[in-house]
Amino acid sequence: MSALAFIELDEGTIKKSSLEAITYASAVEADVIAIAFGALNDGEADKVGAAGAKKLLHVTDEKLSTGNIMAYSSAIAEAMISEGASLLVLAKSSLGDPVAARVSIKIGASLLTNIVELPDTDAGFKVKNSIYTGKAFAITESKEEKKILVIKKNAIEIKEDGGTATVEVFTPTIAESDFKVKVTSRDKTEGVVLLPEADIVVSGGRGLKGPENWAMIEELARTLGAATGCSKPVSDMDWRPHHEHVGQTGVKVSPSLYVAVGISGAIQHLAGVNSSKYILVVNKDPEAPFFKAADYGVVGDAFDVIPKLTEAIKAQQ
Amino acid sequence: MKILVCITHVPDTTSRISFTDGDTKFDKTGVSFIIGPYDDYSLARAVELKEQTGGSITVINVGEAETEPTIRKALAIGADDAIRVNAYPIDALFVAKQIAKVAKEGAYDLILMGRESIDFNGGQVHGMVGELLGIPSVSPVMKLDIDGTSAKIAREIEGGKEYMELALPFVAGCQEPIAEWKIPNMRGIMSARTKPLNVVDPTSDEAATDVSKFELPPAKSGVKLIDADNLGELVNLLKNEAKVI
Repeated sequence: MSALAFIELDEGTIKKSSLEAITYASAVEADVIAIAFGALNDGEADKVGAAGAKKLLHVTDEKLSTGNIMAYSSAIAEAMISEGASLLVLAKSSLGDPVAARVSIKIGASLLTNIVELPDTDAGFKVKNSIYTGKAFAITESKEEKKILVIKKNAIEIKEDGGTATVEVFTPTIAESDFKVKVTSRDKTEGVVLLPEADIVVSGGRGLKGPENWAMIEELARTLGAATGCSKPVSDMDWRPHHEHVGQTGVKVSPSLYVAVGISGAIQHLAGVNSSKYILVVNKDPEAPFFKAADYGVVGDAFDVIPKLTEAIKAQQ
Repeated sequence: MKILVCITHVPDTTSRISFTDGDTKFDKTGVSFIIGPYDDYSLARAVELKEQTGGSITVINVGEAETEPTIRKALAIGADDAIRVNAYPIDALFVAKQIAKVAKEGAYDLILMGRESIDFNGGQVHGMVGELLGIPSVSPVMKLDIDGTSAKIAREIEGGKEYMELALPFVAGCQEPIAEWKIPNMRGIMSARTKPLNVVDPTSDEAATDVSKFELPPAKSGVKLIDADNLGELVNLLKNEAKVI
């Protein structure tokens, strides 16, 4: 049997989370076909093969280059049928989530989401998925032959020695009714690491006292190649944009390293970060609850520690 | 305008999560249940839209009898009537099919819900309902304005926002800051007692997935504290012990 992996692009570059989806699919099924929409930068198709796909279906139709959820869903459902694929793997994202939901109805597949590791296929097909906003896991079984899996960041390490994927232009038949939503504009921060894609996240809280003090957070993030995040009060006070809010009602992250600066560690914030592999907490209050959830901690004033930490990292790079 | 608001009945955000019966059931002991925080935003926006354009708000929940106090709270906040589909919400597909059936029969102009429930965090139901009804679904919606039969929406994407226009009807999964949560007032609470809450039977549809067991994350082994004057050691640990930088 074969599997389809949905590839998302950011300015023509394949998102790392999508490469994780390819590798995940290749660990479940031998034949993996990737599908991407819109112009690809030079060399990107090579990554698709290296991550484990044998074929790349490239949708080049200009009308389908803008993240149209309904049209993408129709195209993916069509590709699954024409390729005889019984499995679809996608990375969790603002595009992947709705596409997965719509495709599941179109093809009658079970939909398993927030998956954190490879499935258990010993008896049936079971996945481990994150629930209660990171406070617990469920072992969920698929009752359908066709399955759609939405994986969380870091569910698998990207393969780099897969091989070469053949590239095929794919022209799906899309009905006019799939163009009911008109995207008028996008307002997106350029040139930064996107929060859900980041291997390292550096977040600031109220302890930073004001938005004017974020330069040192940004500098530390730049040094680490990290994304910047923040706590809910910081986003509520408009010190930082809402899309940086990490926590129960914001973005849930699962990076390799989460650095929390001046964040006390309320249960709602911890819920959004506790799937991180390692957590480093910098706080001047030794009683801050966040230390209990941390792997590494520095008790000290962020205004003193953060610039010094940035210098120490630079010195060892 | 006829608005359908779908709400979940979920543990309070500060709840400690634990399981019973050999880790096969959620332990409700000492847990208080609330309207899903994201659903609460969608309900608040529905109340504002009704104030602007008139119409009605029906709230729907797929759940057993224990969810009725949560439904009554939604009525106190401003919904006109409620429907409870009398079934345990097994999975997203099961819930979506229940909502789609009610939505189709009621011919609603707008179907609002939270971006995801805070128990299973799937964020799948709005997309499934949209597809089942053959109408658009948009999530997570931060801004929603209606003008006649068309809508302007701001949706959060990674690193920013996407602005879009579309015609009614559609499904929206909502999040902050679409509206401020509304606290029910005494008049609302009194009137909620007599507003209609209709209990209907579920469709015969089956779920596509089944949870066999729950697990709690392994406890952290304890924090390693590093002196603020010895940050070179911290960098060394991150590099050579954790291997993350």
